[in-house]
Amino acid sequence: MKFTLHIWRQENARAKGHFETYEIDNISADCSFLEMLDQLNEKLINDKIAHPVCFDNDCREGICGMCGLYINGRPHGNDDGVTTCQLHMRRFHDGDEIWVEPWRAKAFPIIKDLVVDRTAFDKIIQAGGYISVTTGGVPDANNILVPKHVADQAMDAAQCIGCGACVAACKNASAMLFVGAKVSHLNLLPQGEPEALDRARNMIVKMDELGFGGCTNTYACEAECPKQIKRQNIARLNRNWIGQAFGRDRRE
Amino acid sequence: MKLDSKIPEGPLSQKWTNYKAAQKLVNPANKRKLDIIVVGTGLAGASAAASLGALGFHVDIFCIQDSPRRAHSIAAQGGINAAKNYQNDGDSVERLFKDTIKGGDYRAREANVYRLAEVSGDIIDQCVAQGVPFARDYSGLLDNRSFGGAQVSRTFYARGQTGQQLLLGAYGALSREIARGTVVLHERHEMMDLVIKDGRARGIIVRNLVTGELERYAAHAVVVATGGYGNVYYLSTNAMNSNGSAAWVCHRRGAAFANPCYVQIHPTCIPVHGDYQSKLTLMSESLRNDGRIWVPKKKEDSEAIRAGKLRPIDIPEEDRDYYLERRYPAFGNLVPRDVASRAAKERCDAGYGVGPTGLAVYLDFADAIKRLGRDVVEQKYGNLFQMYQKIVDTDPYEEPMMIYPAVHYTMGGLWVDYELQTTIPGLFAAGEANFSDHGANRLGASALMQGLADGYFVLPYTLQNYLADQIYVGKIKAEGPEFDEAEANVRARMESLMTIQGEHSVDHYHKALGRIMWEYCGMARSKESLATAAEKIVELEADFYQHLYIPGKALEMNPELEKAYRLEDYFELARLIVADATQREESCGGHFRIEHQTEDGETLRDDDNFMFVAAWEYQGHDQPEVMHKEELNYEHIQIVKRNYK
Repeated sequence: MKFTLHIWRQENARAKGHFETYEIDNISADCSFLEMLDQLNEKLINDKIAHPVCFDNDCREGICGMCGLYINGRPHGNDDGVTTCQLHMRRFHDGDEIWVEPWRAKAFPIIKDLVVDRTAFDKIIQAGGYISVTTGGVPDANNILVPKHVADQAMDAAQCIGCGACVAACKNASAMLFVGAKVSHLNLLPQGEPEALDRARNMIVKMDELGFGGCTNTYACEAECPKQIKRQNIARLNRNWIGQAFGRDRRE
Repeated sequence: MKLDSKIPEGPLSQKWTNYKAAQKLVNPANKRKLDIIVVGTGLAGASAAASLGALGFHVDIFCIQDSPRRAHSIAAQGGINAAKNYQNDGDSVERLFKDTIKGGDYRAREANVYRLAEVSGDIIDQCVAQGVPFARDYSGLLDNRSFGGAQVSRTFYARGQTGQQLLLGAYGALSREIARGTVVLHERHEMMDLVIKDGRARGIIVRNLVTGELERYAAHAVVVATGGYGNVYYLSTNAMNSNGSAAWVCHRRGAAFANPCYVQIHPTCIPVHGDYQSKLTLMSESLRNDGRIWVPKKKEDSEAIRAGKLRPIDIPEEDRDYYLERRYPAFGNLVPRDVASRAAKERCDAGYGVGPTGLAVYLDFADAIKRLGRDVVEQKYGNLFQMYQKIVDTDPYEEPMMIYPAVHYTMGGLWVDYELQTTIPGLFAAGEANFSDHGANRLGASALMQGLADGYFVLPYTLQNYLADQIYVGKIKAEGPEFDEAEANVRARMESLMTIQGEHSVDHYHKALGRIMWEYCGMARSKESLATAAEKIVELEADFYQHLYIPGKALEMNPELEKAYRLEDYFELARLIVADATQREESCGGHFRIEHQTEDGETLRDDDNFMFVAAWEYQGHDQPEVMHKEELNYEHIQIVKRNYK
C-alpha cells in the first residue's frame, strides 16, 4: 500500500510547529500504524533527509496507554476500541492521505513532534485516585464480600489506560471520563467507600486547577475511548460531587 | 568475588520468621534521614517505593516512560498465584513452593522460593484492600483459575488484565506517597550508570530523556527494578522500551549477573507475519485452561492448510493431533511453558505446522464454546479474543487461533542473596531484574507474585536491615570524584556513539542481533550453534561500531540515541548469554541443549555437575567474563526427574 502522510513536526515545546508531507510505499495491510511510522523513520534515517518523527509508544499491545495519535481527526484513528498501536493499515485504502497530529489540549503541552506531556493525569491520581492503605495490616482478601455485579462494574471502569484520548476528543479538553472512571472504580467497591466523597472532590478540584475544561455532555470521549469506558462513569462522578457539596454520606 | 547467599538458620518454614525476628530496624525519626533510589516503576519498583515511603524513608523513583503506570508489568494478562487454598483443592504454601521449584527444574534457591510462597497470600490481601477488582463468583468471594505446572486452582485474576490492575494498585499506593512527599517521581529519566563510593552503591547518573542532559542522584541505597532483557532477541513480548541496560551498568560496575542463558519462550503468542514487525503479542496462558492445542495428524493436511486449500474446521476430529494431551496426559494443555514451547517447535519442525509460514499451531476453543456457551467464553477471555481479532483479522470464536512460541521472560538477572542484595553492598535488585526465584523456568502467574513479594514484603525488611547502621554516615551528596568519573564515563559513551556517523540505523543492527540469538541461541541450542552465535555477534558488533548512524544531537529528545546505547549493552549481554549457554552442558527448564535430551525429547539435567547458579563477573568490554558458582543445596525438597506425563 502507498500513503501520503502529513505529520505534525515541532522541534520542542517553545518552537512553532507545522505539517510536513512524506510519501511512503510498500506498506503491508497487516502492519500496525506505528510499524508504518517505524518504516517511515527507517527511511528518513537511511536517506538522511530529516530527523525521524518522535512519537510515544511502548507495549504495542494496547494496554500501556503510552501511544496516542490524532489520525485524520480522530484520536487513535478510524477503528473502534483500539489504541494507535492496534490500528492496522488494513483500515485504510491504498493511496490515502493521512493527517497525523499530537493530542491537543492545554493540559497536555507538546514536548516534541507527536509527543505530549501527560503528567497532569498523574497529578490528578495523586490528588486521590487510590485507597489509602499502607502495606500490611489489611484483612483477609475474602473477609469483605463484593457482589459480582459490583466487582464487574468496578472492573469495567478500572480498564482505563490513561492514554488521554478522551481529553483529545473533547472540544473542551475535559478529563471527566478519566476522572469518572477512576472514581467509579474505587467508589463502587466497599474498600473505597470511606474516602469516596473526598476522592471525587479532590480529583475534580485538581482537574480544574490543571487546566482541563468542563464537561458539556457531548460524549465524544466515550465514542473515542479505546477501552470503551462508559459515560455513566461521568454521571456517577457528578453524583459523588453533588453528594460532597451537600455534605451527605453517599448512602443517605 | 565471594557469593554469600546469607540464608538464615533454621528449618525452611522458619527461616523468614527467624530473619525478621533478628533483623535490625531503623527508628521512625531516623527513617526520613535515609535516602533510597528506586529505578523502575513496575510491580517490584512501585510496590517497593510505596512501601518504603510509607515506612518513612525518603525515596527517589525513576522511570523511562511518561508515567509510572506505563511499566511493562501492565501488560501481564493471566493472573497471580497465591497459596490461599480458597478452592479447598489441596493447595498450601508447601505445595506452591514445590510446584515453583519443580517448575524451575530444580535450579532455584530453596529458601527464597519458600519465602515467596509464604508471602503470596499477603499479596492478595494487600491488593484487594487497594481496590484491585479481582474476578469474583456469585457469592461475592474471589474466583480462581489454573495455570501451567499446577494441579490446583490458585491463580487470581482480573479478566485478561491482571497485570494492569495490580500495577494500577501499586501505582495508586505510589501516587499516595508522592502526594505525601515521601517519594519523589522522576519520569522520562533513564539510569545510565551506578556510582560506588567506599565500596557501596551511593548514587546513579541518569539521562533526562526530554532534554538529553545528565543528572546525578545520591542515596544510602539503590534498588534496581528494571525488568528483564528479553528484547536482546529484538522480537519478544516485551514492550519496545523494555531494556537490560540499568541492570547491565550495575554488572559493569561489579554486580554479578546470574544464569543469563535462562530465557523463557512462551508457547502462546501470535506468530510472526512480516519483517517490518516490531514486537510479538502474547495470548495469555490462561487460554490453555479451555483452549486445546493441536496440529493435523497428516502432513498432507498441514500442507493443504498452508497453501490455503483447507481450513482448520475442515479437518475431522480423528485427523487432529492434540499433541500435548497425547504426550502429557496428566497435565495436558497445562504443561509448563518450556515444555509446551518445545512441543510446538517439534511438531512444526517435523512439518505439521500450519499458517502461511508453517510456524504455527492451533489453539482451539470449539469444545469450550460447545461445553460452556459462547457467553461464558466471552466473559472469561473476551478482551484477548478481541485483541487477536484486531491483529490477525480472523474471528477466534469461528476459527481456532494460531499461535507460536516467542521470547517472553528472562529468569536470569542480577545475582542477589536472600536479602535481594547484589554483590555490591547497598545495591538491591527486585522483580524480573534479579535471578532469584524461578530457576531455569518460571511458572505462569508467578512473575506478578514475585514482583509484588519483593516490593511489598521483602525489601521493606531487608533494606531496613542494611540501612540500620547507615544513619551514622549522614547525608550522601552527589559530588566527589566517583560521581565525576561516572558522569564523564556516560558522556564519553554517548559522544563516541554519536560520532560514528555511518549509514545504518540502530534497528538494522538490533534486528540482525535478534535473528542470530533466535536462530542459534533460542529454543534449542547446541555446542555448534552457540559457537556460530558467538562468532556472528562479534562480527555484527564490530560492524555496529563502524557503520552506525544516529541522527540529531545528544542534548535533545533522541529516541535513536536511546536505542543505540541500549543495543550497545545488548551486544555484551548477548555474548554472555551465549557463554553461559555454552558452559551449561545439560538441559534444564528454558535452556535446552540438543545434546542433552531423553529418548522422547525431554530435558535431561545433569545434577551431579550443574546444580549450581552461574554468577558471572565482568572483566571489561573485550574480555571473557569469569564464572563463579553458587552451589544449590536442596535440604527440604526431594529431587526428582521433572515429569508432567
